[in-house]
Amino acid sequence: MTTGSIEQSERTSLEPPVTSTLLLDWVSTLDHKRIGIMYILTAMFYLAIGGFEALLMRIQLSMPNNTFLSPEMFNQLFTMHGTTMVFLVGMPVLTGFANYFVPLMVGARDVAFPRLNAFGFWMLFFGGLLLHFSFLTGSAPNAGWFSYVPLSSKAYSSLQGVDYWIIGLLIMGVGSVSGAINIFATIICLRAPGMSLQRVPLFVWMMLMQSILIILALPALNSALAMLLIDRWLGSAFFDPTRGGSVVLWQHYFWIFGHPEVYILILPAFGMISEVIPVFSRKPIYGYTFVAASSVAIVLLGYGVWAHHMFAVGLGMYADIFFAVGSLLIAIPTGIKVFNWTATLWGGEIKFNTSMHFAVAFLLQFVIGGLTGIMFAAVPIDWQLTDTYFVVAHFHYVLIGGTVFALFSAAYYWFPKMSGRMLSERWGILHFWLWVLGFNMTFMVQHFLGMMGMPRRVYTYADNPGWALLNGISSLGAVFMAIGTLVFLWNIGTSLLRGKIAGDNPWDAFTLEWATTSPPPPENFTVIPEIKSRRPVWDLNHPENADWKTEKTPADRGIRPNLPKLAAWAFIASEAVFFLLLLIAYVIFNTRSGEGAVTSSVLDVTRTGIFSLFLIFSSVTFWIAERFLRAGKQSAFVLTLGLTILLGITFLAGQVWEYTGLLTNNITINTNLFSATFFTVTGFHGIHVTAGVIALFVMLMMGIKGNLTADKSHVFGAVGVYWHFVDVVWLAVFGIIYLGLLQ
Amino acid sequence: MNSVIPVLDPASPQAEAIHDLFLLVLLISAVIFAIVAGLILLAISRGRQRQTLPEQDFGSEKSEIFWMIGPVIIVIWLVAISANLIITLNAIPQADPDGKTDINDIDLIVIGHQWWWEVKYPKSGVITANEIYIPADKKKKFRVKVSSADVIHCFWVPQLGRKIDAIPGRDNYIWLQASEPGSYQGRCSEYCGAQHAWMNFKVYAVTDAEFDQWVASEQLASKQPKLLSPLANSGKQFFFQATCPQCHTIYGTPAEATIGPDLTHFARRKEIGAGVIENTSKNLALWLKDPQALKPGCKMPDFKLSDEHLKQLVAYLETLK
Repeated sequence: MTTGSIEQSERTSLEPPVTSTLLLDWVSTLDHKRIGIMYILTAMFYLAIGGFEALLMRIQLSMPNNTFLSPEMFNQLFTMHGTTMVFLVGMPVLTGFANYFVPLMVGARDVAFPRLNAFGFWMLFFGGLLLHFSFLTGSAPNAGWFSYVPLSSKAYSSLQGVDYWIIGLLIMGVGSVSGAINIFATIICLRAPGMSLQRVPLFVWMMLMQSILIILALPALNSALAMLLIDRWLGSAFFDPTRGGSVVLWQHYFWIFGHPEVYILILPAFGMISEVIPVFSRKPIYGYTFVAASSVAIVLLGYGVWAHHMFAVGLGMYADIFFAVGSLLIAIPTGIKVFNWTATLWGGEIKFNTSMHFAVAFLLQFVIGGLTGIMFAAVPIDWQLTDTYFVVAHFHYVLIGGTVFALFSAAYYWFPKMSGRMLSERWGILHFWLWVLGFNMTFMVQHFLGMMGMPRRVYTYADNPGWALLNGISSLGAVFMAIGTLVFLWNIGTSLLRGKIAGDNPWDAFTLEWATTSPPPPENFTVIPEIKSRRPVWDLNHPENADWKTEKTPADRGIRPNLPKLAAWAFIASEAVFFLLLLIAYVIFNTRSGEGAVTSSVLDVTRTGIFSLFLIFSSVTFWIAERFLRAGKQSAFVLTLGLTILLGITFLAGQVWEYTGLLTNNITINTNLFSATFFTVTGFHGIHVTAGVIALFVMLMMGIKGNLTADKSHVFGAVGVYWHFVDVVWLAVFGIIYLGLLQ
Repeated sequence: MNSVIPVLDPASPQAEAIHDLFLLVLLISAVIFAIVAGLILLAISRGRQRQTLPEQDFGSEKSEIFWMIGPVIIVIWLVAISANLIITLNAIPQADPDGKTDINDIDLIVIGHQWWWEVKYPKSGVITANEIYIPADKKKKFRVKVSSADVIHCFWVPQLGRKIDAIPGRDNYIWLQASEPGSYQGRCSEYCGAQHAWMNFKVYAVTDAEFDQWVASEQLASKQPKLLSPLANSGKQFFFQATCPQCHTIYGTPAEATIGPDLTHFARRKEIGAGVIENTSKNLALWLKDPQALKPGCKMPDFKLSDEHLKQLVAYLETLK
């Protein structure tokens, strides 16, 4: 892949030993800037794949009754196109920019957890490879990027494609969540002195919002994927309507993840635009607090609008109205942003370079995508146009017209910082016009195709009047975008070799990344300028007009929470959502189970109650152990920690006893919905307890060897956050499943 | 006969209401876009000529709030008119607001299959596929129950109103109504597997008299001539010797399976394979010769019929009027 191409190009010019060192340097790097670049290169590689898939589809659709692709091939292509663009292009490229620039913009030397950072990248990298490996098995996933059940269940997708899709997404999900925890912790804990949270650049603020969205939204997808995998591999019936399962539940869980995912892809773009427009208008962002606060509103509303993807399901008029209100409300914080960007431009001294061209196209195209979004929020219009090409046009206006154009804008803006050289403006403007023309050709006409009745995801269509012409125009536009992309790559290549030397701050920009060399040294900064406002580098270069003289911003009170504990809290927040959704599935499936079926009555509540006490008591002994550690009583610490581990193991033994009893009575995960939800919830909990016991065992060994001492008690405390969390989850599990609360 | 832009050419009160809302929101959107785009382009063209450092303006709460008044009013207004329409269209007529209609009073049952539509009239017992007949009537609405036999499909006739998902294990209800006689194109609007593209159907709105006549003729066994031609007769024999009756029904014969479409009145249908081709004897022969060539992945296999059997089968199926 990316490293491979580096290897090849280097091999021709350099001696082999040097090559392997260079390759090894990159593969083993923990530098956030290099990991950021690897993310971006990975995204560009998959952009080529996803774009190629799109081109093949557009060739197939360029004329009616075309036989260029078989229906099966077409269905695999649109499934992989969607999955690739969301998970392997959109998320990685944004994470890449965040990786590179968030530490620089907050004045940190690296991210909070460099090793976790590398781990996250490699999980994504190999998850992506695994997903694409499915092509070699002869059956790539073909149930859509949303993989609605029962189409994605074993009965209707018997080949392995969907399995690769599930496993690939789970692995990439682990990578995304670790990356998000890292960005979150970096922003909260590693800001340079003087940079209060209200003074961070808006790109950093948007990444903070995005990381929260990832941490809390991905687990919803994971819980649905886990249930689908258990259905497919172990024969349970979560999503099998013939055995009482619910196909609509999948849609709820998928979109509880899927709608926040849209904001995961667009919020960083808002951040980039909020950096570019002020710099090239030579003004500060208009209404910083409104831009920042409206993003918080979007994050919060983003969790309450998922069912607007499901208006055609027939959820009932009250649900429809509820989700319509939420969805329409999002127009307000989004409108605030557009207003503020426009107001920033207003009265500015506009540097209308390539970056700014893309930023302005972003504004206009995003407004179009936003307005068609409002149409879909007005439910009756959605009843007509959902799942037609009108939707395809709508979300491509948001994700390409919005996110991709913002990315191009950011690329022209930040490339000088990353490479030390300027991109060519001439090639840049050509790139811009090819994309504006191609993008609008491809997707503007799709609005009309939708109104003409063309559904999404059809591999061909009859020769209805007008369809051939509009589809032809749409396909032709894609060619312009493809050529534009080649121009962009050419621009990058030639500029890297002989572009103008950029210098530290070619744009007279405002934020900290411009206060160091281009590209920055491994340690990022030699000196960090004094931070007294939102634009420290502006203040430095324009002391006569320094922001802090006129604009008062909240001063930094120096609050930087403990890193490991913060990360542990972020992690368990993510885990909590996962368990919450599994428990909700339990409640949904077990409030309506019929007679004669296996229910929670088969469980021995008293016995499990006693074993639960062991687990609860282990939280107490852990708490005591932590006190001993902090007090420096090493042997008492080791003793109580050992006791904690024993209590945890005893609980697990109780669970094994219970499982054995059920299994010998022929109650297995595929018996019915009770057993499926019971084994899934308690099984995942058991895995968590086991992981906790292993972590405690590592702590014990460190304690015995004397490596874990009072000064490192916060590390132990972080493990404690997790251990107590596992116990709290068990209390919920016990209450809901064993005691039948909520039913 | 079919409309070129069906969403803009409504043919029922429900579709008209949606159409009016759509045009209204489109108009509002166009105005908003024109204002925003105008301001942005003006700011750019003025700002490009400016050569001096602009005033460092950090924004004002007053202007933020002032500029938000318009959008807030529009949002509230949109909420109101959408909610009103959701309620008045009575999207899911499980219980009629007037309380007079019985939940079991169903005029039509539509069941999605991979990749065709089963159509049943519970009141008259008529069963057909991919073609729906309703009386064209400005006042009378058909209560339709929509469900699925396998995966999720979506029932959509743009000129006649909203779409609704056909979901296995769940019954959905909509109103179906056409103000004027005509034929209205319907399509599956939820991805449902290999042949999602060819899961079309048509709604034929006819006069009351025509509708009654249609129902009467569909209720009976097919009006075959008493004496089949020798060719058709051999086709009939072949039909029942071969595997055809394992999937299809022909009313009044031993063929009673419901896996594939009901063929009782097959010869009167206008299309084959849920819209793939017109129902002519030439096309029927093509279809029977290899359904997989016309509709790859469909559930009807290639039986590798001999030319003679093909001719016989076509002759027989064409008697099923």
